[in-house]
Amino acid sequence: MAQHPTGHSHDAHGDSHESHGSLKSYVIGFVLSLVLTIIPLVAVLNDIVEGTAARVVLLVTAVLQFVVQLFFFMHLREEKKPRWNLMALILGLVIVLTIVIGSIWIMTYNAVA
Amino acid sequence: MDKIKDFASDFFVTGDPLIYGADVAIVLVTVAIVAVLTYFKKWGWLWREWLTTVDHKKIGIMYILAALLMLFRGGVDALLMRTQLIMPNMDFLKPEHYNEIFTTHGVIMILFMAMPLMFGLFNIAVPLQIGARDVAFPVLNSLSFWLFFMGAMLFNLSFVIGGSPNGGWLAYPPLTEKMFSPGVGQDFYIWGIQISGIGSLMTGINFIVTILKMRAPGMTLMKMPMFTWSVLASSLTIILAFPILTVTLALLFIDRFLGAHFFTLDGGGNPMMYINLIWMWGHPEVYIVILPAFGIFSEVVATFSKKKLFGYTSMVFALMSISVVSFFTWAHHFFTMGSGANVNAFFAISTMIIAIPTGVKVFNWILTMYKGKISFKTPMLWTMGFIPCFVVGGMTGVLLSVAPADFQFHNSYFLIAHFHQVLIGGVAFGYFAGLYYWWPKMFGFSLNEKLGKWAFWLWNIGFYVCFMPQYVLGLMGMTRRYSTYGWDTGWFGLNLVSTIGAFLMGAGFLFQVWQILHSIKFMEKDTTGDPWDGRTLEWSIPSPAPMYNFATDPQVREVDDWWEEKQRLASGGAPRPKPALEPIHMPKNSGMPFIKATFWFIAGFGFVFDWMWMAIPGLIGVAACMLAHSFNYDTDYYIPVDEIERTEAAARRGV
Repeated sequence: MAQHPTGHSHDAHGDSHESHGSLKSYVIGFVLSLVLTIIPLVAVLNDIVEGTAARVVLLVTAVLQFVVQLFFFMHLREEKKPRWNLMALILGLVIVLTIVIGSIWIMTYNAVA
Repeated sequence: MDKIKDFASDFFVTGDPLIYGADVAIVLVTVAIVAVLTYFKKWGWLWREWLTTVDHKKIGIMYILAALLMLFRGGVDALLMRTQLIMPNMDFLKPEHYNEIFTTHGVIMILFMAMPLMFGLFNIAVPLQIGARDVAFPVLNSLSFWLFFMGAMLFNLSFVIGGSPNGGWLAYPPLTEKMFSPGVGQDFYIWGIQISGIGSLMTGINFIVTILKMRAPGMTLMKMPMFTWSVLASSLTIILAFPILTVTLALLFIDRFLGAHFFTLDGGGNPMMYINLIWMWGHPEVYIVILPAFGIFSEVVATFSKKKLFGYTSMVFALMSISVVSFFTWAHHFFTMGSGANVNAFFAISTMIIAIPTGVKVFNWILTMYKGKISFKTPMLWTMGFIPCFVVGGMTGVLLSVAPADFQFHNSYFLIAHFHQVLIGGVAFGYFAGLYYWWPKMFGFSLNEKLGKWAFWLWNIGFYVCFMPQYVLGLMGMTRRYSTYGWDTGWFGLNLVSTIGAFLMGAGFLFQVWQILHSIKFMEKDTTGDPWDGRTLEWSIPSPAPMYNFATDPQVREVDDWWEEKQRLASGGAPRPKPALEPIHMPKNSGMPFIKATFWFIAGFGFVFDWMWMAIPGLIGVAACMLAHSFNYDTDYYIPVDEIERTEAAARRGV
């Protein structure tokens, strides 16, 4: 917020004239996320896949959905150096994996009948 | 008429003279505040200067005021508990009341005392230390504060309306499920923490962006003051940990509100999953509150030893590694859950590993003092009281981390003594040091040293008198959360000593209140802006800082730039050329945060009592505030050069 009309290097806004995507990239992203939503929906509702296979389909499409969001809407590729967003994302992923894997590991021994 | 009576006897907490006394006190204080504001025609002032402010310095002051109020409430809870335990078979508090008090004591001290005091110091110091004019998102900052405040008020309301939560500070199910806790207390707990938790998360984001994007020209990351580094580490931990808390409490709420089975014993639920999840937040949380305290000690120890901080790089490395490793130790809170040897071994070792960077820091502080010219001002006293206290607390922590031994210590008074030693000896001492250290920067006068020394010694001695016996009581088999005990246990003497210690700390708090009031009346104004002969940028500007902080952007060349500059000038160096003043771009005040937080309060209260006619309009109000704010383009203005000149001249004259 604190910036002079002339702008200084440490301004929050002064140097953030990064590209915010084109109409084309937004449309591609939107279509991709629609497709990735329809695939699991159709697959599960119509009993095309079952059991482990269904879970794999759900998880894989969910992860792809996540990637689409990051690239087409969160503009992960367009960030200038130093790439704080990318670093925060990687750390966040490490923590998420810790939470999921750690919980599974800990709770393996604690199933309630 | 009977219906109204029934409703009132359910709605208000009845039957306890202590609560009636509190009711009367609350009504009287509220009436007094309203009367004073009306009599002196201060409502407009309150709204313009405080409720709508986006100035980080004022928000910081409000955080600190609220935190001190909560320290009082949590402290009274503690003294009530210690009075109940002063001797066997006491009948001072009923068991249900005791349960409520230990629950609210824990929640208030961590979430509504330590967190806001920490955020207050973030707000006061960080923008000034990095040479910025405000935080990155000033309106969001104000929203964070009001969400915290409304959450805290909602939680505290449970004390007179509806009944307090009584399931412990982390509210383990199945006890906290609807079946076993049918009252509204747990819902107050959930909504109070959820609403203030959103605020904490936003503060974390705000300070990360502020520190990464708004540093003065020349201040590279490795030239940042150590407190700023610790805030970065703490904020990073906040944004990764608080979502876990929000989700866990949301699941518990869904269980209670919609009859789901995430943490129930039937229907495929598993209460142990809750314990697993809540500690994924709970463990990082204790590092969230201790890291900024480490930062404060680093600033204080360098300033009052008149020496550069020893081992700057290792300090940074220690801070950042603690903030990451803190996410890999959570299971040590439930070794006794029975997760198998491998799980316990992994988490025991990760817990021991985290002691290493902490040890590095202790040596750094000691070596900073080594051959320094130490002056024993109150901030330094708290720092020196902290070091031995935290070392002992850390050591008992390592004892607890030995999984097989933990089966003995678990949930005993040994554990209680351990975590109070790191939280009082580490966090509370740290924030007191910070409060005394930055007080002149906040208000333009220092606090009375003599009364401050009384407060320090009462706290410090009281601490050991209170908690050392508790280690022994733990080893003698006294379990936490006992509301009473018999003569045959042999615990009487040590409990008596412990209670005396608690009251000594209470007396220490009274001395602090006296110290503040006395200093407001009698202390002289500090005209230098640099009463401690400080090292970092916040001491280069007048006290209290003008609303725009820095008239011109400071140019940073090295670590402790202000200190080096003073040395250079003292040895005959020419002062740096002053850049010309330019109009300063500032954020405008906004009423949105206060109004939105009030709507959150209304929605939360509605959810607590299951009154949808209240909750839904509350949520609609929240959404309306968001919408209205996103169409508000009138957010900023410029301070003209002649006004800056007037302000600077006035500050230098010391008026």
